[in-house]
Amino acid sequence: GFPVVDRQDFSETTFLLEVSHPQMARAARPGQFVIVMLDNHGERIPLTIADFDREGGTITLVVQAVGKSSREMQARMVPGARLFGLVGPMGIPSEISDARKVICVGGGLGVAPIYPQARAFKEAGAYVIGVVGFRSRELIFWEQKFRDVCDEFVICTDDGSAGIKGLVTQGIEQAIAAHGDIDEVVAIGPPIMMRACAETTRPHGIKTMVSLNPIMVDGTGMCGGCRVRVGGRIRFACVDGPDFDGHEVDFDDLMARLARYRPQEREALDRYDDSCRRLAMAPAGAPSEKA
Amino acid sequence: MPVQDPAARARNFEEVALGFDRENALLECERCLMCPQPACVEGCPVNIDIPGFIAKMIGKDFEGAWNHLTDSTLLPAVCGRVCPQEEQCEGVCPVGDRLEPVAIGRLERWLGDQAIANGWRKTSHIEPVPFRVGIVGSGPASMACAADLAKAGCKVTIYEALHAPGGVLRYGIPEFRLPNSVVDAEIANLEALGVEIQCNTLVGRLFTVEQMLGEMDFDAVFIGAGAGTPRFMDIPGENLNGVLSANELLTRCNLMHAGDFPSYDTPLGLGKRVAVIGAGNTAMDAMRVSLRLGAEQVHCVYRRTEVECPARKEELHHAQEEGIQFHWLTTPVELLGDAENNVRTIRCQRMELGEPDESGRRRPVPVEGSEFDFEADTVVYAIGTSPNPILGQTSKLRLNKWGYIDTDATLATSLAGVYAGGDIVTGAATVILAMGAGRKAAASIRSYLGIRD
Ligand SMILES: Cc1cc2nc3c(=O)[nH]c(=O)nc-3n(C[C@H](O)[C@H](O)[C@H](O)COP(=O)(O)OP(=O)(O)OC[C@H]3O[C@@H](n4cnc5c(N)ncnc54)[C@H](O)[C@@H]3O)c2cc1C
Ligand SMILES: Cc1cc2nc3c(=O)[nH]c(=O)nc-3n(C[C@H](O)[C@H](O)[C@H](O)COP(=O)(O)OP(=O)(O)OC[C@H]3O[C@@H](n4cnc5c(N)ncnc54)[C@H](O)[C@@H]3O)c2cc1C
Ligand code: SF4
Ligand code: SF4
Ligand code: FES
Ligand SMILES: [Mg+2]
Repeated sequence: GFPVVDRQDFSETTFLLEVSHPQMARAARPGQFVIVMLDNHGERIPLTIADFDREGGTITLVVQAVGKSSREMQARMVPGARLFGLVGPMGIPSEISDARKVICVGGGLGVAPIYPQARAFKEAGAYVIGVVGFRSRELIFWEQKFRDVCDEFVICTDDGSAGIKGLVTQGIEQAIAAHGDIDEVVAIGPPIMMRACAETTRPHGIKTMVSLNPIMVDGTGMCGGCRVRVGGRIRFACVDGPDFDGHEVDFDDLMARLARYRPQEREALDRYDDSCRRLAMAPAGAPSEKA
Repeated sequence: MPVQDPAARARNFEEVALGFDRENALLECERCLMCPQPACVEGCPVNIDIPGFIAKMIGKDFEGAWNHLTDSTLLPAVCGRVCPQEEQCEGVCPVGDRLEPVAIGRLERWLGDQAIANGWRKTSHIEPVPFRVGIVGSGPASMACAADLAKAGCKVTIYEALHAPGGVLRYGIPEFRLPNSVVDAEIANLEALGVEIQCNTLVGRLFTVEQMLGEMDFDAVFIGAGAGTPRFMDIPGENLNGVLSANELLTRCNLMHAGDFPSYDTPLGLGKRVAVIGAGNTAMDAMRVSLRLGAEQVHCVYRRTEVECPARKEELHHAQEEGIQFHWLTTPVELLGDAENNVRTIRCQRMELGEPDESGRRRPVPVEGSEFDFEADTVVYAIGTSPNPILGQTSKLRLNKWGYIDTDATLATSLAGVYAGGDIVTGAATVILAMGAGRKAAASIRSYLGIRD
């Protein structure tokens, strides 16, 4: 197994895991992802490499607990615990282009993975404008980390409790208005947000890269489950991506395909919640009922 | 050859073809004519001395027979089950002119199973040599290459991208044709030879083939990465939910145990009316797995006729017995969905056979105006594979014009010290050919490293 060496909880649903894998820490590049399995009954779930520490030999994952597998990860992956499976880095690394001025946009589960790209652009000498979106002030994380690599940093909150009140697209509009010379926008987040970003930049003709998150199984190009429609062609996100030109991506197709297993996902989550409840109710020391 | 009753087996994952017992194996051996110039040996891609091992069986020297057999094949329990025998060894056996040919595959399977049950090993002492060989992938090509090099004294490490070893034997071919216990036993044999197997390792991305020879200090590398990437047809509706590749269906079921959802976390979401496009082994497996997982109707859509059907004849026959409905000379032209983006209908066109094509088979041509619809809530593509792109993306290996790894007759690639074999070189083929390629590459690597027999 692969040992978890550190953990931080950013909110009730978002947590960070630092996992020891020195070889992967050396190989990882911005934009790549891993596939993890919690145990030998688990499913293979893809997670973006949010950071890597080549000296310390660790990679960082930031997970949003949205369903059975990620909730179980949240419950069980504490320092000292081990992941049954961890493979990567997968996917083609993001192209850190020679853009002079870029906007790096992260929303929801995309806030963490946009960080290594912002840092890489900074290291490549670009002027980096970071735009990140949260629902409200309490959910903000990595603010200082971002400020350290961004020339400008804009926080957007749904309720206006921090930064500007509104969506990340407003942050993008503001930056475009303030700078006439944005070369590239990179956006990571839920498909609906990435689509909105692409639509925001389209009239300005600014190149916009997005990182697609379709349902995956192997992540090695073998199953075709991750296929996405880009520029009218079928591509496999795990080996041809995950980064694609946002102006070419068929987001409706992506969103429809992400709903493929909703009934089963609900069933799995209900069953899991139920077993957690029963475990919690069992008197201490009593043999727990195995679901 | 005894098989499970079709009605019962269509709903369970137990092995379909029941094995011989000792008595029946011996009776079968008696049917061999001991031909002085045996056609069967020529028919076998690795030229197993078939009358030779059968003679030892008749003399009741079963371990000797197994030793003789395994001079040529390292995976008898596997190939005995999955070889297309009717086109190979058994297809040319003269006993088959008037009766059933000698059941060579079944005899090999029986010996292979005896070896597993009794723990037979080739006891030859291994003399270590100071060489380390790295192997990419853990399918039959890699397993065979690893075994031969380990026996030659090399320190061998296999790197597998998935979390469990075996390649297609693990994730593709289902339990009712090849039980996982057989794959596990073959993997255990490798480990007993000192081969180290490291799963969860995607070569090309975690480290490159070039790094294996450089900083990782391997003296040679073998690539057995399989063919792998499923093809689609590019017809409208292909991205609807419920449309998937046979590889995905089989991986979810065989590797991830989706049939046991929710005890296992991977969902399958199989519908009640399944249509599988294609008629090769992969298609047969997808259809028969669907039946066993509760589909009410399973249809096979194939653009040629039963005669051209590329699956093992036994598999086709079993599928027909189990109630799969075959639509020959039929091709899908469009998939239609409902408001929720789920596939509901498959629109097909009739075909007829025209002039022969490059493969010598008559080319199917569409019949104008013959479109018809039928209902399907799951559509599975099993129309072949293209080369996996990862090693091409990440190394300087020369690829051929189809994208497979280019090798010479010794299976050497364009990079010194790097050899390749199996599906990643030939395109989708068979287990026995992959096994043979792994052994051939092992021999080339031995001579490259200067290891004498
Ligand atoms: C390349 C890539 C990078 C990702 N990076 C991150 C990340 O850094 N942090 C993060 O929290 N999440 C990330 N995800 C999404 C994450 O994989 C899913 O949230 C997770 O699989 C949900 O599993 P679950 O069982 O908890 O939830 P479920 O209830 O099973 O699923 C919730 C939703 O997640 C999606 N999903 C389910 N299974 C998969 C799967 N096997 N592959 C992809 N999506 C799935 C579906 O849209 C589903 O409706 C990434 C996905 C991809 C493809
Ligand atoms: C469903 C199905 C049914 C079949 N039925 C039959 C049959 O009945 N009879 C028969 O003879 N043949 C059959 N075949 C064909 C046969 O299985 C293949 O020809 C054979 O397995 C090829 O062996 P291989 O060693 O080349 O590769 P594979 O068995 O494909 O194994 C390759 C392995 O390499 C791993 N890998 C790939 N890339 C990397 C990488 N970059 N790093 C690390 N690991 C990597 C893969 O994950 C995989 O485990 C069938 C195939 C399928 C798909
Ligand atoms: S390996 Fe296959 S082809 Fe060769 S003898 Fe055995 S069953 Fe026949
Ligand atoms: S061809 Fe048939 S009869 Fe002749 S040796 Fe081979 S198995 Fe025996
Ligand atoms: S996840 Fe299977 S091909 Fe991409
Ligand atoms: Mg899930």
